[in-house]
Amino acid sequence: MMGNEAVAEGAIRAGCRFYAGYPITPQNELTAYLAKNLPERGGSFIQAESELAAINMVFGASAAGARAMTSSSSPGISLKQEGISYLAASQLPAVIVNVQRGGPGLGSIDPSQADYFQATKGGGHGDYRIIVLAPMSVQEMHDFTFKSFSLAEKYRVPVMILADGRLGQMMEPIFLQQGPPPRSPEKKWTLTGAKGRKPRCIRSLLVKEGELEKHNYVLQECYRKIERNETRFAEFHTSDCDVLVAAWGTGARIARGAVLAARARGIKAGLFRPITVWPFPRARLAALASKARTVLVVEMNCGQMLEDVQISVAGARPISFSGWPGGRIPGETEILGEIIRAASKVKCSQSR
Amino acid sequence: MNKRKTITIYSRPKSLGGLPMHYCAGCGHSLVHKLLAEVMDELDIRGRTIGVAPVGCAVFAYFYLKCDISEAAHGRTPAVATGIKRALPDRIVFSYQGDGDLAAIGMAETIHAANRGENIAVIFINNTVYGMTGGQMAPTTLLGQQTPTCPTGRKTATMGAPIRICELLNTLDRPFHIERVALDGVPGILKTRKALLTAFKAQKEGKGYTFVEILSPCPTYFRRSPNDSLQFVKNELGKYFPVRLFRKEGVVVHD
Repeated sequence: MMGNEAVAEGAIRAGCRFYAGYPITPQNELTAYLAKNLPERGGSFIQAESELAAINMVFGASAAGARAMTSSSSPGISLKQEGISYLAASQLPAVIVNVQRGGPGLGSIDPSQADYFQATKGGGHGDYRIIVLAPMSVQEMHDFTFKSFSLAEKYRVPVMILADGRLGQMMEPIFLQQGPPPRSPEKKWTLTGAKGRKPRCIRSLLVKEGELEKHNYVLQECYRKIERNETRFAEFHTSDCDVLVAAWGTGARIARGAVLAARARGIKAGLFRPITVWPFPRARLAALASKARTVLVVEMNCGQMLEDVQISVAGARPISFSGWPGGRIPGETEILGEIIRAASKVKCSQSR
Repeated sequence: MNKRKTITIYSRPKSLGGLPMHYCAGCGHSLVHKLLAEVMDELDIRGRTIGVAPVGCAVFAYFYLKCDISEAAHGRTPAVATGIKRALPDRIVFSYQGDGDLAAIGMAETIHAANRGENIAVIFINNTVYGMTGGQMAPTTLLGQQTPTCPTGRKTATMGAPIRICELLNTLDRPFHIERVALDGVPGILKTRKALLTAFKAQKEGKGYTFVEILSPCPTYFRRSPNDSLQFVKNELGKYFPVRLFRKEGVVVHD
């Protein structure tokens, strides 16, 4: 199955009943899959007039209690940021898929990881966070999408699947999620008509004195809870590593091969891979880094997760960075070269 | 002694909350809110109606109307209404928008919701200005009308001419009902009530997209008294935006 389709199928199986999207490469197969399959399986599909309309349709569907999703690629995700801020402010669950391409601007249609900042540091206006899951395989595209709907509902936050053009376009055999969609928690906030109860409203304009401040503290409390409960990561050969490679998504998938190749050459390399890039697994990374000699950050951008790694490691170990900014996917041997270089630097500094 | 029975001939609509409204004296919003509440009462639909409030003076509609209401980002009101209606097709969904929200920033959403024939009622308050932000020029500001952003009056050469939305939407195939009314006096108010009733009745019966444009007074930014504002609506707005029924039961009745 193709990554984009695996996301779409995961969404349907998770009970997604509303999707609105707008054409953009490299995520078009996702939209086409849902155009064909979602109406047949009891949902509503709309090709919206713009990304702005699409995210706001998702806002409406979510306000009415439906599991709702939209998808796009980098330039389109920029347009959706306003809506994501409103979703976060209004505490509405929703799933947003970003099949990243090169940027800034129109950039390219090639895979990229250049939207890390946008995804994890806010993106839209105001003090808010969203859960960001970074898959590295078609299986994870499917599984993470499936999981994201219940995560979004549990905390009433938007959840983003931060994929890239390679993950969206590649095909791999996968196991499909089986069984009924996860149950929704009781939603006492949905707009369904005020029959037999007090009218409800979904809003983010809070102009009374102190009202917005209070609301922001409520949101922050929720984000702290997410940090405590939902921080996810994966490790590979980290128990004895000298060179700790930190990478995410496609970067991590390629780095895994490079770590094995380095070990074959006698360099003790390991891989730390955040699965939630927000919340970022700072504590675990700090603990691993303190046992390693050096940390190498590998990304398909100019150094974005690098800053989270720097904050986590807090100067305890030297950090080097290796990035591919132009929409090009690094080869395993290129990353291996970076690991060898990082290893030699530490040895040099020790031999002096 | 004769037995006397008290007959109520007028009371506050049940769908209207008890809060005093924040609108300026003579503002059309408070009137339309009341009319909307009356229509919800008359059709007995309050309990299954969901409204979408715009960014603008009417953003606080949820303080006054006793139905479920969502805010929307500026101009995205019909998109939010679309999402709600698609998720809950048996509910009555309306969007309530001003001229900036509907005809400037939200023009794409306006046209495309109408073109899809979404089963929603759109209420368009056209008072020719951005009331909430200080009376700036709107897409519907009349030629020569002065606002803070066209201080010497709107000129066609650099600002274009006012947009007639009903006429524009009337070129589309899917709308079921398109009508322009005016709050320009008692007969106009009654006609507005009737138009809203038609629009919501069509919603109740699932007939399709309904659009009611209401020419509405904004005394504060017309810089006129409430009474003179009604005359301004009647004589100036009404001249450029003719009050009429454009489409009835899906059929164009006036081009």
